[in-house]
Amino acid sequence: MTSPIDVAALKRDFAIFDKKMRGGKQLVYLDSGATSQKPRQVLDAERFFYENNNAAVHRGAHLLAEEANEAYEGARQIVADFIGASADETIFTKSATESLNLIAYSFGNSKPGSKFHLKAGDRIVVSEMEHHANLIPWQQLAKRTGAELVWFEISEEGRLDLSKIADVINNRTKIVAITHQSNVLGTINPIQEITQAAKKVGAVVVLDACQSAPHFRIDVKELGIDFLAFSGHKALGPTGVGICWGKGEHLSEMEPFLTGGSMIETVTMTDATWAPAPRKFEAGVPNMAQAVGLAAALNYLSKIEMDRVTEHDALLTEYALSKLVALPGVSVIGPQNGVDRGAVVSFTIDGIHPHDVGQALDGNGIAVRTGHHCAWPLMRKLNLVGTTRASFYIYNDLQDIDILVQSIGEAQKFFGVL
Amino acid sequence: MELESLYQEVILDHYKHPANKKLSPDYTAQVHHVNTSCGDEITLNLSLKDGLITQVSWEGVGCSISQASTSIMTDLMIGKNTESALSVLGEFTSLMQSKGLAKGDELVLEDAVALAGVSKFPARIKCALLGWMAFKDAISQSVTQQEK
Repeated sequence: MTSPIDVAALKRDFAIFDKKMRGGKQLVYLDSGATSQKPRQVLDAERFFYENNNAAVHRGAHLLAEEANEAYEGARQIVADFIGASADETIFTKSATESLNLIAYSFGNSKPGSKFHLKAGDRIVVSEMEHHANLIPWQQLAKRTGAELVWFEISEEGRLDLSKIADVINNRTKIVAITHQSNVLGTINPIQEITQAAKKVGAVVVLDACQSAPHFRIDVKELGIDFLAFSGHKALGPTGVGICWGKGEHLSEMEPFLTGGSMIETVTMTDATWAPAPRKFEAGVPNMAQAVGLAAALNYLSKIEMDRVTEHDALLTEYALSKLVALPGVSVIGPQNGVDRGAVVSFTIDGIHPHDVGQALDGNGIAVRTGHHCAWPLMRKLNLVGTTRASFYIYNDLQDIDILVQSIGEAQKFFGVL
Repeated sequence: MELESLYQEVILDHYKHPANKKLSPDYTAQVHHVNTSCGDEITLNLSLKDGLITQVSWEGVGCSISQASTSIMTDLMIGKNTESALSVLGEFTSLMQSKGLAKGDELVLEDAVALAGVSKFPARIKCALLGWMAFKDAISQSVTQQEK
């Protein structure tokens, strides 16, 4: 099977692949799960904005302000289209972490009588495979409000254990916050099953799409979710921009998270009223150039076509899994085959600590992630201190995986564990 | 190759056969430190008697650099008085911050000079210092305790 993406041609858009690594080695970038590399088109878009349109949006009556406005709101439309949403439901934040905190703090700020008001006896549901960014905001919200935090466990295979779904999502449940794809296990979760259960009891579903949105086509309506968060920098975009999508009916009822300029309707010395969403949630002069850069990144992905991105990723994932599973002394964490599994593969090597694995791979120009992957509770559950994680994206090819596999063998030899 | 310069034989030896890696039942101070960037953990027991370090023992999980460095440190510190122990610790800390420029004084640091290569890898300095920082903390806790 061959990839639908011409990786060699595409790689020319990414200047970073010209960089020489330690010992003059080529870069084998297998850390897109942490952050993706950026194509020239994204950098150009940011530069173009600064050089041609830069002004503070939503204020000022001059030409540049108009152009900045158009660029920023145009970017919002591109993001909205990318996830099958409407622009006025699409909020720019500085990161996915901020997006999730926005939702959690907004709920926490809501007054008694609001459907988002939480109190003792209410329930927030998460899972054991959450990244800290989709755990701690809810854990802390539960602490502040007296609500109970419960979670889905994971099965031995590294899948969400939904066998007790009717007990976990019960009629006290107000929020279900769940990851679309685990950043450690690669598991893709059956979101529709969860949204159906949540809908029955009137709970909202918050989806952490950080690992999924860069890799497969997302349609918020098809998924049946209420909120979605993802970060720009994992999807070829710049750092400093994240997306928070929420259903319009929710956003209009929600309290703001950050207050200040831009997000108001009227202000007196003692009171203020809020602008409609999305501006209600975008206090201050926003990250305009980053939003424009993200739009260029999503356009870049759409030009490739997301279905092809998914197909390419699946090919790499299957190949990596088949190779790694067969290696002596190597254990793949999470599902052992490519079914409902995204482009991250975590593994451990007997006798070599992940940090040392990462160091040895770095010696061959390979960039991987090592450690707990901001999923400490999951690591404890798996009885691991950490893992080594290789994650794949559009600029990777099968040869990258061959180099990885060969370098693992060299590391085992170096540390004398084979 | 850079890998060999980082992982010298001494380090791999200490990693495979760590010294004093079994917590003593009694101690003047016990500390628990975590490397937040990778989740490595160490528990360290320190016994002080009349200003002399009589016992340093530890338990923990971590990479070869953190484990070897802790092992080397315990060998170095046992038998020293707190003042010279802290001076050795200061010397090791500056070696780690030397960005690959210093070799370290073998008369003072003994096996710990093998860790000089770590200073070229900023991400690993915390690994090398994990045990040493736990030790420093244990010293200051012991001293406070004894002053009471």
